[in-house]
Amino acid sequence: MARDFAWIRPEPEGIHIAPADCWIDPSIPVAHALVTHGHSDHARGGHGVTVATPETLAIMELRYATSEGARPVLYGETLRLPGDVSATFFPAGHVLGSAQILLEHAGERVVVTGDFKRRPDPTCAPFEVVPCDVLVTEATFALPVFRHPPVEHEIAKLLSTLAANPERCVLVGAYALGKAQRLIAELRRAGHAAPIYLHGAMEAMCRLYARFGIDLGDLRLVSDVKTPELAGQIVIAPPSALNDRWSRRLPDPITAMASGWMRVRQRARQRMVELPLVISDHADWDELTRTITEVNPAETWITHGREDAMMRWCELNQRRARALALVGYEDEDD
Amino acid sequence: MRRFAALLDALVYTRSRNAKLKLLADYLRETPDPDRGWALAALTDGLDFPAVKSATIRNLMTERVDPVLWALSRDYVGDTAETASLLWPGPDIAEDPPTVSEAVDTLSRMTRANVMMELPRLLDRLDAEERYALLKLATGAMRIGISARLAKTAFALAFDVSVEDVEEHWHGQSAPYAALFGWAAHGAAPPSAEHLPLFRPFMLAHPLEAAEIDLAGYAAEWKWDGIRVQVVHVNGETRVYSRSGDDISGSFPEIAEALHIDAVLDGELLVRGAHQGREEGGAASFNALQQRLGRKTVSKKMLADYPAFVRLYDVLILEGEDLRPLPWSDRRARLEELIARLDPERFDLSAVIPAADFAELAAIRERAREDAIEGVMLKRRDSPYVAGRKTGLWYKWKRDPLLIDCVLMYAQRGSGKRSSFYSDYTFGCWDGDPDSGAELLPVGKAYFGFTDEELKWLDRYVRNHTVNRFGPVRETDKSLVLEVAFDSVHASKRHKSGLAMRFPRIHRIRADKPAHEADRIATLQAMIRD
Ligand SMILES: [Zn+2]
Ligand SMILES: [Zn+2]
Repeated sequence: MARDFAWIRPEPEGIHIAPADCWIDPSIPVAHALVTHGHSDHARGGHGVTVATPETLAIMELRYATSEGARPVLYGETLRLPGDVSATFFPAGHVLGSAQILLEHAGERVVVTGDFKRRPDPTCAPFEVVPCDVLVTEATFALPVFRHPPVEHEIAKLLSTLAANPERCVLVGAYALGKAQRLIAELRRAGHAAPIYLHGAMEAMCRLYARFGIDLGDLRLVSDVKTPELAGQIVIAPPSALNDRWSRRLPDPITAMASGWMRVRQRARQRMVELPLVISDHADWDELTRTITEVNPAETWITHGREDAMMRWCELNQRRARALALVGYEDEDD
Repeated sequence: MRRFAALLDALVYTRSRNAKLKLLADYLRETPDPDRGWALAALTDGLDFPAVKSATIRNLMTERVDPVLWALSRDYVGDTAETASLLWPGPDIAEDPPTVSEAVDTLSRMTRANVMMELPRLLDRLDAEERYALLKLATGAMRIGISARLAKTAFALAFDVSVEDVEEHWHGQSAPYAALFGWAAHGAAPPSAEHLPLFRPFMLAHPLEAAEIDLAGYAAEWKWDGIRVQVVHVNGETRVYSRSGDDISGSFPEIAEALHIDAVLDGELLVRGAHQGREEGGAASFNALQQRLGRKTVSKKMLADYPAFVRLYDVLILEGEDLRPLPWSDRRARLEELIARLDPERFDLSAVIPAADFAELAAIRERAREDAIEGVMLKRRDSPYVAGRKTGLWYKWKRDPLLIDCVLMYAQRGSGKRSSFYSDYTFGCWDGDPDSGAELLPVGKAYFGFTDEELKWLDRYVRNHTVNRFGPVRETDKSLVLEVAFDSVHASKRHKSGLAMRFPRIHRIRADKPAHEADRIATLQAMIRD
């Protein structure tokens, strides 16, 4: 008879740890929350106490303009919670400060991955495999067609388009937290030393990354420069700004978008993207299945994404699995 | 294969026609023979590999991937070739991809017996983008909005030759078009067409905009409401071509069988209209002709109920002599001689309208009530027969001025009992010369004017020519011309075209007309009366 792990329960609003009356990534305000990372679908404001890494807390403070009830916890540090529950945070490799949370109670170990990836990322600590009985995993890109190409390949594509169009600029849509900074860091790693121009919504987050020691080089605001200066340059903006008025001042921009969804042509076309860059901060199919295999839990619970394919894979590989119907995880961060 | 794959992806993501033309032209100029010829054929749906079909790919994949995971993936991606290209466990970067011609060569040697072994070998040598390109090329379903016309325009642009010359020399050539590239890229003599029943580009008319025209210099002729055709007979073979150069001989065997003189004739295809309640032997309305269009095989009953004939306008080539450089009046004289030698049941002559002056012509035109008359043509008496639309030579003066030819751009599902049909159509006109990179701008929307039969036809057309979907809306490949009738047109700041039509309705489906010949925004602007 398998254990039922009754002390930890998926509710529509998040994962509830009953003995400690504490929630992981709740979508509603609660008294006591553990937060995996700063993306707004996971880190909501208004909790009584918020436990997260210092980086995640700083991101939340930037977004919600308050640090009330913030309780920092370092990677590897174990917290004692009421009801004989302990919680330990491990890097998830997703964005700056992102963590998996290991929960232990009554000799049982449950790991909640939050969002994660396995590929190297110069802007955050790499994912660690944490053995456990239950792996609560995301499944954003859980279809076998999602196999992200090497990031160097996509960066090279971006740089060669830029070089071929010296009169134009390449406008890249990238989420303000994580994707934008990773993109900049990868461009720097590929030797692109020129200034990179930012939409106003990007600035504060890039400065926050710099404060945590992530060097992003020469960054300038589009609003501070004249249009001709932008010819032959890279401009980064949130995806919502790609096709709006804001982009009209740019010199004949080539619209690019950095996202795992760009793997599928129809998705890129729907977003009017001319240069799709398949760069994702989530695990692709191979990373997801490899992670389940390596962690080798007795049960796999799937929080959000394409549960049906993940469930099928588990079935084919004789693994116990459950799809949790959590609401409110909206892929701010794909 | 890498360059072709990159071209294909660039075309997928490029929206503007102008940018597509440039991409294609650059590729054609910079890629060596015979790769560029094969690529051109693939892009214009000219390649067929009997052993490689969409079902082959599906079978290949379900041998390797769990059927449930395959189905979930295929559903999400929406395209079999693309799903397979992403799922194939190939390399991130291909070490030694085959060239396009090597791939074509390998594909054409595959048989049903060995395709399941040979196709994987090819796929293993390609990265994901190249696999997509290969599978698209192999199954012939590109759906990326590259019409034959756009390809020819790009070809002309690449080698700085005229589109009309490309049209003329293209016909009768087959992939990889060695002679065509030899002519355009390397300055060799153009491929010879003398002994082949080939299509010659039509001479076209501008809408009459001047208030009056001097009939001393121009002859007037009825413009008949059928479909413009070219009937070619040479070396014992006859072809009937539509406006776009499509061979429609199969749909009109009685015409194809009736010409036995080596000639290239230009005329209007009509059906006899006894059943329309008109005088026996006259021409019926376009609706009667519609019964005969688009049929692969024709029943005896069809032939008897809707007998076709061609009302001749012009003769381009006669018994080996190219008459096109001659003035219209000389060609007309030759045509009037020739008509006596043709089967009267299948060919007659479009009469010249005997009007002393323009006022009389206007009066005659006003009185004309026959269904099959669309308007009046005015042809300069000294005009040679030149391909395309040359200013000042031919004019068309349509009977109902508030008709315009538009291109279907988007279709949306209807409501109520039409909710399963794409019945709301958005159509557009060109904002300039489509051969110099003009774009289509939407000018209006209509959801009536068509019969139930036509609705079914349009719905099927939309589904088969979708290039993109946005919720309930489908974007089409912009290949279908719709004749739109409307009450009036007004200037409007709210619309990108600067125009708003009143009461537009679909007057007629013009599947015979190529999209680049649809009207321009300027034509609509000239119709503004407020
Ligand atoms: Zn998420
Ligand atoms: Zn996230």
